[in-house]
Amino acid sequence: MTVKVLYFASLREALGRPAEELALPAGVATVGGLRAHLAARGENWQALGEGRNVRAAVNQRMVGADATVASGDEVAFFPPVTGG
Amino acid sequence: MTQALPFVVSVSVQQADFDVGGEIAALSEGRRDVGAIASFVGLVRDLNDGSGVSAMTLEHYPGMTEKALEEIVEQARQRWSLQGVRVIHRFGRLEPADRIVFVGVASPHRGEAFAACEFIMDYLKTRAPFWKCEETPGGARWVDARESDDSAAARWQDRG
Repeated sequence: MTVKVLYFASLREALGRPAEELALPAGVATVGGLRAHLAARGENWQALGEGRNVRAAVNQRMVGADATVASGDEVAFFPPVTGG
Repeated sequence: MTQALPFVVSVSVQQADFDVGGEIAALSEGRRDVGAIASFVGLVRDLNDGSGVSAMTLEHYPGMTEKALEEIVEQARQRWSLQGVRVIHRFGRLEPADRIVFVGVASPHRGEAFAACEFIMDYLKTRAPFWKCEETPGGARWVDARESDDSAAARWQDRG
């Protein structure tokens, strides 16, 4: 039961890594739940905390906090996009 | 009038520069049913939020970026009568005056070409996973998303 988690831009820098494999913790079934779980690591991880402007994608589609996360998924967290 | 030619879409995410004239010409190449081509070119400015910008690096999410752009084009195709769409977005390090993005839209009529071109840019600004990091005299800084970009994209939800 693992997921691949990706981080981009300022979030990647704040967390000091572009990606990690993570065993999906028991009870975590949504993007919001995974985000709270990661934020609870403390210190820099508070960049993912409540109130921070963070967007998410599951399997390369932008989703909201209620989106489900399952084993094998690719989950990405990133700041609001600034292309164009 | 001949039978309708297929809708042609092409999306590229690349480091290389592109040829604006060539891209525009290609949108109507080999067909006689195109009445209008609208295009947009985005460039790197040397000033942003009051600071000089000597360069910027565009990061993106390989894999998702292409999908997001194709999805945006598909939404445009469903809203307007379009014959072709070309989107090119660059990534990597760019300097002022460098081209960042190209959107070209071919349609039988100008109104639809203009509208679809603007729609694609507005949606790209809020939904395509790109992030700009600027080099300024004060150091490198990530560009913050603008609320005006969100409202520009949102206004299309109120229109038919």
